[in-house]
Parts: sequence; structure tokens; C-alpha cells
Amino acid sequence: MAVLSVPRVELAEESPGARAWRRLLKRKSAVLGLVVIVLFVLMAIFAPLITLYDPAQQSWTSIRKPPSFAHWFGTDESGRDLFSRVIFGTRASLLAGAVSITIALSLGVPIGLLAGYGGRWIDALVSRITDAMLAIPFLILAIALAAFLGPSLRNAMIAIGLTATPVFVRLTRGQVMAVKVEDYVEAARAVGNPPARIAFKHILPNILPALIVQATISIATAIIAEASLSFLGLGQQPPAPSWGSMLNTAQRFLTNAPWMAIWPGLAIFLVVLSFNILGDGLRDALDPRER
Amino acid sequence: MLLFLGKRLLQLIPTLFFVSVIIFGLQQLLPGDPALAMAGEERDPAVLEQIRQQYRLDQPIYAQYLHWVGGVLSGDLGESMRLKEPVLTLIAQKFPVTLQLALMAIVISLTIGVTAGIISAVKRDTPIDYAVNIVALWGISTPNFWLGIMLIFLFSVHLGWLPASGYVGPFEDFWLSLQTTILPAFVLGNSFAAVLMRHTRSAMLQAMNSDYVRTARAKGLAERVVVLKHALRNALTPVVTLGALELGTLLSGAVLTEQVFSIPGFGKLIVDSVFNRDYQVVQGVTLVTATTYIVLNLLADIAYVLINPRLRS
Amino acid sequence: MRKLGLAGVAAATLVLWGSAAMAQTTLRIGLAEDPDVLDPTLARTYVGRIVFASLCDKLFDIDDKLNIIPQLALSHETSEDGKTVTIKLRPGVKFHDGEVMGADAVKASLERHMTMQGSFRKPELAAVDKIEVADATTVRLVLKNPFSPLIAQLADRAGMILSPKATQEAGDKFGLKPVCAGPFKFVERVQQDRIVLDKFTDYWNAANVHIDRIVFRPVVESTVRLASLKSGSLDLIERALATDLKEIRADPKLKLATQIEIGYQGLTLNLANGDAGRNGPFGKDPRVRQALEAAIDRKALSDVVFNGEVLPGNQWVSPKSPYFQQKFPVPGRDIVKAKKLLADAGMTAPVVVDFMVPNNPESRQAAEVLQAMAAEAGFDLKIRVTEFATSLKEAEEGRFQAFFLAWSGRVDPDGNSYIFHRCKAPQNNGLYCDKDVDQWLDDSRKVSKLEERKAIYEKIADKFLKEGSIIYLYHRLVIIAHSAKLEGYTQLPDGLVRVVGVKLKP
Repeated sequence: MAVLSVPRVELAEESPGARAWRRLLKRKSAVLGLVVIVLFVLMAIFAPLITLYDPAQQSWTSIRKPPSFAHWFGTDESGRDLFSRVIFGTRASLLAGAVSITIALSLGVPIGLLAGYGGRWIDALVSRITDAMLAIPFLILAIALAAFLGPSLRNAMIAIGLTATPVFVRLTRGQVMAVKVEDYVEAARAVGNPPARIAFKHILPNILPALIVQATISIATAIIAEASLSFLGLGQQPPAPSWGSMLNTAQRFLTNAPWMAIWPGLAIFLVVLSFNILGDGLRDALDPRER
Repeated sequence: MLLFLGKRLLQLIPTLFFVSVIIFGLQQLLPGDPALAMAGEERDPAVLEQIRQQYRLDQPIYAQYLHWVGGVLSGDLGESMRLKEPVLTLIAQKFPVTLQLALMAIVISLTIGVTAGIISAVKRDTPIDYAVNIVALWGISTPNFWLGIMLIFLFSVHLGWLPASGYVGPFEDFWLSLQTTILPAFVLGNSFAAVLMRHTRSAMLQAMNSDYVRTARAKGLAERVVVLKHALRNALTPVVTLGALELGTLLSGAVLTEQVFSIPGFGKLIVDSVFNRDYQVVQGVTLVTATTYIVLNLLADIAYVLINPRLRS
Repeated sequence: MRKLGLAGVAAATLVLWGSAAMAQTTLRIGLAEDPDVLDPTLARTYVGRIVFASLCDKLFDIDDKLNIIPQLALSHETSEDGKTVTIKLRPGVKFHDGEVMGADAVKASLERHMTMQGSFRKPELAAVDKIEVADATTVRLVLKNPFSPLIAQLADRAGMILSPKATQEAGDKFGLKPVCAGPFKFVERVQQDRIVLDKFTDYWNAANVHIDRIVFRPVVESTVRLASLKSGSLDLIERALATDLKEIRADPKLKLATQIEIGYQGLTLNLANGDAGRNGPFGKDPRVRQALEAAIDRKALSDVVFNGEVLPGNQWVSPKSPYFQQKFPVPGRDIVKAKKLLADAGMTAPVVVDFMVPNNPESRQAAEVLQAMAAEAGFDLKIRVTEFATSLKEAEEGRFQAFFLAWSGRVDPDGNSYIFHRCKAPQNNGLYCDKDVDQWLDDSRKVSKLEERKAIYEKIADKFLKEGSIIYLYHRLVIIAHSAKLEGYTQLPDGLVRVVGVKLKP
């Protein structure tokens, strides 16, 4: 059989990744968001180096002291240094965001690919279950799962990850549906690739942009979810710090020690805001319709 | 169209089946014994046994499930173990509260979101644009319970303008009702406001740069009016469809917000019932809210198709 | 000067709106939880009792010294052998539905508590064999065996008398529209929103009731509850936080009413329940328990978590109770002794303890402080915050090693000890078991004089405080905060809100 040989012309064109990166960098707000996130990640990693106190170290003579030179953010109800607790608390929040969304991606994307590419019955089954999960209020599912698994940061991450999975299933499935009629997919099929290979090698890379954008925004939601679960006592166990449980404790002291609430609240706000801005920027940068 | 509608309605059945299985299963997974939870401090083995028998807790799971589903299909959603009231009565009591909050939240979202979107588009890339963007994003970046507490302290304790908690129905005292619901409605609405802001903004930008507008400009029509009309029509599609979805979410009850403001809506009812292992209430209420959500979802899809004639084929 | 904000105007409007006559006073009370069913036979929550205090009168009540005083009954007399209790009732008492309360009604109510399906009062009246009507105002209780705590039980829900007509008609749905004989009658209830009671004009003590209407509202978040009180949408709140006391005291518009509770906060230790108990640190040698107790500084715990507003204690009754054993004073901290005890018992640090803690901020903080204190002696308390329903099951099945558990307390000290100390008793989750203590507990129920019972309790304390399954930590403060416009309110140690005699200025 005559095989069409197309001469490989080396175009001076950048890879999609590099193009996206360039466009992202053009948006100042998205860059700002990225920088803030990187800063927080560094803070989380180098926490022991940038803090003076052990976050669990209680000091019963310095209870609820306002910010001072000795304690930059003040102290909490047991005399622990708030600056240390906020910095170390970054770990719980970022970890909660990253791990839970990783779980959601690892489960949601394959299931979504299966639904989109696997045939009508599988699609119907998966879609109905996904619809059912999305119809139940997310926090109820998370509370029930977290209570079932037992209160801990790890189980909170699993609970949030599981409840976030349907979003990715639906997104992946939708993208697959849109993409599977494209030429390159048809071509791959014609050449005889098995469905699994087509799904992972050909379809997945092309739906990656939408997944990345959603993942970024879902991390923001996951961080708030972790704070909510901690607020209800179902997340990070004491005395390990978590911004959500710090806010829960700070409630009682708003009038006499407001600094206990300001810093963790501010931290959640900044991190989540940054992820949202970054997600927005990514969406614009990866949008094939824009130049 | 009818085919589409019919297909979707048929899909309701398996979806609701899965909802019932998931919510029933989750209840059973929860550690703890509902009879014990009900007894609290007054534990006595004989009394506990009686309670278990009365509520069929000693029967195998599939038997309990079938009994529950049978009840649902004949209109009986069961009875609250803790409060001894039929679940349907509780739902009838809470639904107007949740509905009021939801509608107010949507109105607030529309007001803030659309206005902010228009301003942001008109003053594009100026500090005002950035400021409005930040404020809008602030809405989805702050935990609801946190925002609620801060607002209570500002408007209730410091300024004394609004009551700190509780709920009064609009037919009892309209003015007071507004006062007790304005803060929680704002908390619930500000995240959707952010979403609306973005969609309005992009619809405005599209409208401002479109040929349609240039033609209108050439014809000499007032630019602002034309832009607004065109933009708002563009924005209508996502606003309506997203709005329906948002209404569905809000009608499922805002768990944490209701907790903080002590509003007796669905969210508070479900959470309290989960913590008290009042199975029947959780199952019944979740089934109702899930059905509402799915139906609203369906309406949103229909609206999308209707508004967007291009999709009808 | 009071800032008359919109809230003030609105509140005034609400009061006017809700009243038919002029100058109707409404008392709005904020509760920390939504009460369960309003049926004294089936009720089991503490907040339910607060509502009952205004809705359903009991045979007896208590005064601030925990003495029994008459309410629906005028007097009680126990026979020599302790097996017959004769109660003389107050004549002329009416139920909310107009029916007159006689001995028949009392008999019917008590029998309902004793026999109805699902009744939580059964164990409280377990000693009663039968009830006889001697005449229209005298009831005789025949007991299976002498039981001195009986009268105290009749000063609580088991002694609440319900209208027989209503119980007959409604059966187990009585709680949806309760009909009793208290100073206020039931108007309506909207679950999780409010319970409304109106003044009962035919109340036997109506002359002393100066409030026309009570509205109970559950407000779960303590911060919001206090904010509601400060902003004027509530007139009285229960369970204000110890850390808010300073702020409340500084506010001229608010007043405090406090009392040390009749309950306690303790640390339940698993001695033999399940694997965690039998193979756990506390199961083998009592010196480990003693070491843990020696590591705790109760005063510091009170200072750090509660601003010093709780009363350190080491027994199941508070140091203010006449039953407190002076022979065993509240110990201070002794780390050296703690370490030595641990070493003598053959344990090497760190001794890991699975520490179950209820999910509320004060308990969590107290647990963290305990963790820090115990760490210095060589204990590693691993905190596990568990929500209420789960913790009950875990405790029952022995899946814990230490449990930060409080008990709301009963008027009679028997109510704070029997179900915790006796072998296989329902609340004895640590599975402490000692035959001598069992015998002493039974003995204490046969005698009714304070000195005699106290002597028996001393023997129990001697054993239990050294090797028992509970380390008693402190006694909390019942904190009721109310508007300064409320006059004549006094607080009793049982934490209930009594509205008789209280006046609300406009």
C-alpha cells in the first residue's frame, strides 16, 4: 500500500505548553496568583526554618497576647505562637487541596474517559451515578464520609477527594464527547489502536487544558472544604494547626483577641484567591479561541 | 424537543434510585448507634432494645431499605426518631425558610454580580476593574461560616443594626423577616455574584467589540443602550442556566451558614440529624432536595435549549 | 446609653405585634441546643429540662442548697423499713386543659413513666413496685426495696405530672402538644426555631408569675448566642462561655447569674473494656492512673481554659456539696511523684494513650492542655476529636483509653455514682468492678440520713479515688447571662431556668 509520506517540515512553532505559558505570563493577575501560591508552598516546606516557636508549644503565661515583637501575630488561647501556627497550618491546607484533588483526578478522569469512550451502557451507568452524587449536597457527603472514616486530616482529604470526583468525571466525559469526533481520533481508530490507548494517548492530552483549569479552581474549593470540615471538628486533629480549626477556636475570642481570627482567615483568603485568579488566568491562556 | 424531555425524565428514575442508595448507604456507614445517640445520657439496655425494635434498627439492611423505599413510594417519608414528627411535616416547615433565603440570595447575586460585571467591563483594565474583580473573587475565596461570623460582629454587635440570629417569617413580620435574612442571604449569594460578574463581564466585552454594535454606532443609536441590550442578551444564557443550578444548590440548604445564623432551614436540619443519627430525617430530606436539584437541572437544560435556538437541532 | 438601633425598634415591634393586650411581657430565652421531644417520659436532653421547668411542674423541686422543697406535692414520708413512701399532694392544682390534678392523675403519670414503651424514666423508677391511691390527695408508693434517692428522682422528670386526658388521647404523640401543670402552657413549636409558651392563668402559684409569654430559641453557636443577647434579640441565654465572663461583666446592660454545677468534668479511663482496655496502660496497675492524676494541675487547667472560673474537684460531688469528703482534698500537681509512680508500675515513657475528646472548643482546648501536662510525666495522650454519637458507641465498646467526659449531674449523689461505679452498670464504660464498692453502693440506697450515707460514700471514695475508672477534674460553672431589665432571677446549681418570680422591665 502506498503510504502517504508527508515531508517533516520544521516549523518555528512553539509547543502548546510553551505557548500557554507565554500567554499566562502576559496576565499580571494570574502571575501574581502564581507567585503567591509559590510563596505559600515555600513557607510550608521551610516552616521550621522561618519560625521561632514550636506550633504546639503552650505557654500559660502568655495567653491571648496581642501581636508584639516577640510574637509577630500574637498568641492563641493556650499561649501558642500564632505566626508559627499559621505557617505550619499552611501544610495542612495546601496538602488538603493538593491531595484531595489528586484523588479526584485519579478517580474522576479514568472514569470519565470510560464513560465517554466506553459505550452507551457504561456511559449511562456512570452518568446516573455521577448525577446522583452531584445532587446530594457536597458538605453532607463530606461530613458523612469523614465521620465514617474517622476524624483526621488524611480522612478529610479522602472525603473531599471522593466528593470532588463527580465534577471531574462529568468534565472529562464532556470533553471526551466533544473531542472524540475530531479527525485525529478518527485517524487513530482507523489505524487500529485499542480504545484504551486512544483514550490515554490521544484524547487525554487534548483535554488536559480544561482539566488543569478545573483542577486549579477545585483546589481552591477543596481548601475551603477542609476549613469547613475542621470547623466542624472533622479534620486535622489538635494540637496540629489547621486554619479551619484555628478559625473555629478564634470565634469565641473575637472581641478580646481578634488577631486569633485575622491571620488564619487572611491566609485562607489569600491562598484561595490566588488559586482562583490562577485558574482564571489559565482558562484564558489555554483557551484555543483566543490568539 | 419532546423526545429530549422524555429521555431526561426517564433518566430521573435511575438517578433517584442511586441517590436513595447512596444516602441510605452513607447513613449505615456512619459509626454509632442511633438508639444510643437518641438515649444520650439516659442509657438503659432495656429501653435501647425497645427503641431499636420500634424503628426496625435490628433488621437487616436490605429490609430497612425496602421498607423505607416502600414508604416513600406511598408518600410516607418516615418519622424523626428524635422529635417524633413526620419527616414530611418537618420538610413543610423548613422549605419556606430555605426558599426565602435562596430567592433572596439569587436576587442579591444578580444585583451585585451583573452590576459589577458591567462596571468591570466598561472600566476594563483600570484600577476599578481590578478592584471589582478582587471584591468579586473575595466572595468565593472566603469560607461562608467565616464571613457570616464577621458580618454578625459588624452589623449586630458593633453597629446594632441587625439581629444576630434567628429567623422570622415574612408573613409574621415582614420588616423583621428581612432583617433576619439579609445577612445570611448575602453570605450565600456572594459566591454566585462572583460567577455572574465574570459572565456578565465577558458578555459585555463581547458585545462592546461586536460588529452589531459597530453597525449600531454607525447608525447613530445610543451606544450604551445598544451595548447593554446586546450584552445582557448574551449573558442571559449562562445566567439563566447557572441560576437554575444555583437555585438547586441553595434549596439543598446552606449547612454552615444556617448553623452560624441559627436559621431553621434544610441545611441545619440535615446536619443536626446526621450528628444525631436520625436516619429517617436525613434520608427523607436529602431525597427531596436531591429531586429538586435534579429537576432544576433539567429545567436549566431545557431553558438553555430554548434560549439558544442554534442548539435546537 | 442604649443605642436604639433598628434591632431595638424591630424587637419592640415584635413584642407589640405578638400581644393582644397592652404591655404583654415576653421573655426570649436562647438555648444552646434544640430540645428533643417535649414529653417528660421520653425526653433525654438537658435543654429539654430547661423548657420543662416552665412547662411541667414536678412533685418536688429543689432550693439552692439542693434541699427538696414542695411543688405539686406538699410533703413526703418514708416508712421505717424504707419500702413505703407516702406523698401528700397540693390540693386545687389544675392542668393546662382545665382538668384537676388528683391522686389518680399522679398515679397515671407515674405509671406511664414506668411502663410506656421507650420511656427513659424506667430506670429512674425501677425501685417502685406499685402505686396506690390512699385518698384524693395522697399517693402511696410501694417499693421493691428501700431506695433513698427516690425523692430526688421525683424532683426531676420522673416526677412530672401530665394531664391523663391528654396522655390518653395523644399516646406517644403527647410531646407534640404537651399538657402539664406548670406556670406556662404550650402554644406552639417550630422545630429548631422556637418553642412558645403562654402564661397559665390557673397556675397554683399564678400570683408570682409576672411574665406573659416565653419564647425559647435554640442558637447553637455560643458567639452568636451572646451577640443576640447583646444586641437585644434575646433576654436570657444559657451556657455562656467562661471566657466571655469578663466581657459580660463589663457590659452594664447585662447581668450574670452563676452557680457551680451539680455535675462534673472527668476523665474516664478504660480499665477492662475490650482490647484497648485489657491491654491498655490503665488496665493492669492502679499506679498508672495515679501517675496520670498526679501529672494534672487542676488549677492551671481552670485558669488557662476557663479564666479560673471552674472549680477544681476530685470527687463525683463538688467541694460545695455536703457530701464532699474533706478527708480527700483536691490534690495539687506533683510531677516527681507522677514519674516515680509510672516507673514503679514498670512503664517506660512515652506511655501512649488513645484520648477521645468531644467535639467542642472548650473540650478541645482542655484536652490540649492535659496533653501538655501529661507529657511531662511521660504520657503521650493522642487526642482524637470525636463527635457525640460516635463517641457514645466507641465508649460502650471500649474503643478508647481515656475519654474526656462530663456528666450533667443529679440532685442526689447516687445519681453521680451508682451508674458509673457499679459493676456492669450502663454508664460504667471503663468496666470498673469491685464487689465491696457494689455492696456499699447498695447499702447507701437503703439509708436516708445524710451522715449515714456520707459515711458509706467515704468508704467508696477511699477505694475509687485511688483505683477507679474516673479521674474527676473540675466542676463547671453554670453561666446564665441576661438583660439587666430582668429582675429577680436567681440561679440554682442544676442549671435550669426558673421563671416564677422574675420580672421583665419594659
